[in-house]
Formats: sequence, C-alpha cells, structure tokens
Amino acid sequence: MKTLSGLLFLLLAAFPSFSQDVFMTRNGKISFFSRTPMENIDGVNNEVLSVIDLKKGEIAFAVLVKGFHFEKALMEEHFNENYMESTKFPKATFNGKFVNAGTIDLKKDGTYPVQVEGDLTIHGITKKTSATGELIVQQGKLSSKSAFKLTIKDFNIAVPSVVSEKIAEVIDVTVECSYQPK
Amino acid sequence: MRVYFSLLLLVASSTAYGQDLLNLLDAELEKDKKPDYATATFKATRLSNGHSIETLAAGVLDVRISHRFGYINTGIDEFFGLDQATTRLALEHGISNRLMVGVGRSSYQKEVDGFAKFKLVRQATNGAPVTITAFSSAMVKTGPYDDPTRVNYFSSRMSFAFQGLIARKFTESFSLQLMPSVVHYNLAPAPNMNNNVYAMGVGGRLKLSKRISMNAEYYYQIPDTQYAGTTNSLALGFDIETGGHVFQLYFTNSTGINERAFITQTTGDFFKGDIHFGFHISRVFTLSDPRKKG
Repeated sequence: MKTLSGLLFLLLAAFPSFSQDVFMTRNGKISFFSRTPMENIDGVNNEVLSVIDLKKGEIAFAVLVKGFHFEKALMEEHFNENYMESTKFPKATFNGKFVNAGTIDLKKDGTYPVQVEGDLTIHGITKKTSATGELIVQQGKLSSKSAFKLTIKDFNIAVPSVVSEKIAEVIDVTVECSYQPK
Repeated sequence: MRVYFSLLLLVASSTAYGQDLLNLLDAELEKDKKPDYATATFKATRLSNGHSIETLAAGVLDVRISHRFGYINTGIDEFFGLDQATTRLALEHGISNRLMVGVGRSSYQKEVDGFAKFKLVRQATNGAPVTITAFSSAMVKTGPYDDPTRVNYFSSRMSFAFQGLIARKFTESFSLQLMPSVVHYNLAPAPNMNNNVYAMGVGGRLKLSKRISMNAEYYYQIPDTQYAGTTNSLALGFDIETGGHVFQLYFTNSTGINERAFITQTTGDFFKGDIHFGFHISRVFTLSDPRKKG
C-alpha cells in the first residue's frame, strides 16, 4: 500500500501543473427567472457541482433538479412533479469547452470573457448550447459567471394553456461559481 | 481521493468535451447523497373525507372550504340534494415541513375541531419504504346538549380521533394509504354504548394526468365497536389542480366532514343512492419564504 501511494505521489509530482489546472466547486449557484405580467417565478440552487480544466479548456456542471428552491412550496412541487419530472430525470448537466480559450494567468488578477459551447441536458433532452460568460481570477482564486436564456420548449417541457400566462417561454438563467483547486 | 480523481482524469481519454469532467462530477454526486424523499404522494392534505399523509410546507396557510350537498336520491323535490348543504370552514397552517395544525367548524352538529398532524417517517429512495404520519384531532359539539335533563359537563361535548396514516407512492401515478383509526367519545351516544370506535381505512389515488387524479377511500369500522345503525364511509372522487388551488370533488355516503362524524356516524348506504356530492376548495397562501429560513 505504501509503495502504491508512493508511486501515485511520484506520478502526481511528475505533473506538478496538472492539479493546479483543475478547479472544482460543490456549492455553486444557478438561479433562473421566469418573468410574466401575471407572476414572476424564480428558483435557486446553491448546491451546483462544477469543474473546470484550464489546461484542456473544458468545463462541466451537474445539478440535482430537486435542489432548486422556490418562494412558494407549491411552486417547488409543481416544478418537480409537473414540469421537470425530477424523479424520472433527477439531474441536469452541462459539459463543454471554451471556444476562445486564451491563456488564463492565475497569478494575475483579471476578468477573462469566455464563450462556452457544449451539451446541455435538462429533462432528459440534450441540446447543443453556447453561452458567454467570464472567468474571474482574484488573488489566485478562480470563479465563473454567466447569464443566458433557455427556451423551455426546447427541452420538451409542456406548459398547459391554463397556466401558460404565468410561465415565460424563455427563462433567464444565471450561473455563479467560486472554485477551489482540486 | 484527490489523487484518485487526478489519476482518473489522467488515464481517461477525452471523448466528448468535458465528458471526463462530467464523470468526475457524477462520482462527486454519488459521494454524499442526501436521502431522496418521495414528494407529492398525494396532491392534498386530504384523500377525500379523511386526511392523507401530506402536511403543508412550513409557512403555508391553507384556507379550506368543504361543502357537501344532500343525498342525490332525494329526487327532484330536493333538486337531487343540491338544496341542502353541510359545510366545514377551516384554517390550516404548516409550522414546519413535517408538522401542521388546523382549526375548523362544521355545520353538521355544529362542531368545532382542532387537529395536529406530524410526519414521523418519510419514504425515500434507498430509505424507508413508506411515509408514516401521526394524526390527532379533538372535536367539540357546540349545539344544545343531547339530553338537557341529565347533569352535563363541558367534557361531554368532546370527542377525539387518533390515526396512523401509512402511505407508499408506488409509482409516479399510484399511491396507496392505510389508516388505522380510533375515535373516542367522552360521552358515548347512549348509556349502553362503548366510548371507542375502531376502524381501518384504506385509500389510494391514481393520476389520470399530471393535474388530475382519481381517489378512493373506505373506512371499515370494527363491527364489535361500531354503533348500531351506522354504515362504513366510502368516498370516490377527483383532485383537480390549478396553480394555487386544488379542487377535490367527490361522492360519499358520509354527511359529516370531521373524523368523528364521517368515520363513526355515517348512516347512508352508498349503493342505495345515499350519496352526497361534495367538494373541498383549498387555497394556499405563503406567509414566509421557505428559502429565508436557515
């Protein structure tokens, strides 16, 4: 066992830059907003998992749909039962890459505008998606921010006509994550 | 752990962009999984007449209007029961996500009731197979005493109901519930009668669509304890959900709406047409944003 861990250590030590390139969080935040003249609905999830590999220029998110919380308990119930069917599709995920991957210097504070392209999976439907955002380096710490729009029809989420005036067709999504080196 | 994941990253070759990263996140998700509780086993806090295992969420106020017309078999003279009505008006409140309380007043025998309901066990994936809720209510008759000639105490007006509600959400659309129950009368209806009536209830729901479900509920009174002349309560109905409202429409042989009344004092014979059409209207108000607590 000791030899094994020693070996592993050596292996790791041989790629010293590697672990510095991978950053992760377990408590990122994703919120969405549906705005209609009848009702505004917002859901917040503070347990977003996300990982960035700077070397490869890749990023991924995973979130449990039941982790979104709402202003009203009934909204949350309907969100899970009627729209997202979260027992059948418990997770939403994104995996993609930075399109304009420039070098990000972790030693220098700064904000790097990025564009991300990849596969977004919600409600069991995977869709090619792109969004703009920024990576922020502050005192060696990495965080990400993005805001984009989603059309709920794209993900095969049915809204019955009775409530269609209360639920926007296009939803505003914001993402905020602060990463730790992995 | 860190070593393991770094190695994993190193070894796995990338197929789709970020697929490795996604696998890594999946492993993280599996690592400390919170129990995945079954939600919305039933649409409402009531099955039809009686309670379901569901409790109101913390900070939710439910204003309920329960209404029951007369027997359908009273014919055209009574407009098939629609001329008559019994009602229960109630305010109910979720104290925590597992505890709720409520007060109500029924026109039938002019009764005031109060109840508390607590979710003891919650059904979860890889956890408990059922949800168990303890229910207790107290009822006070406010009308004149049945026998004004005898010495009457306030306590004689009171009766109590205790239920264990046990339910399982088998599939997204099918849930089943058992309700062992006892109703206690401080003063039995007649001198030679027992004070306790025991009953076993069984009920279920079948979703017809995402927003409509069909419910059935039956309370079997243990014959040794059942009061003479009473029948077992049966209800068949529908839940219709529209945003903040849940409408529950049902047909039942029970006239009273609280637990004492419908479990132990049903007299109608469902299959001879002693059927009331009734409904509950429930409107919930959120008094406090659940996200702001802790």
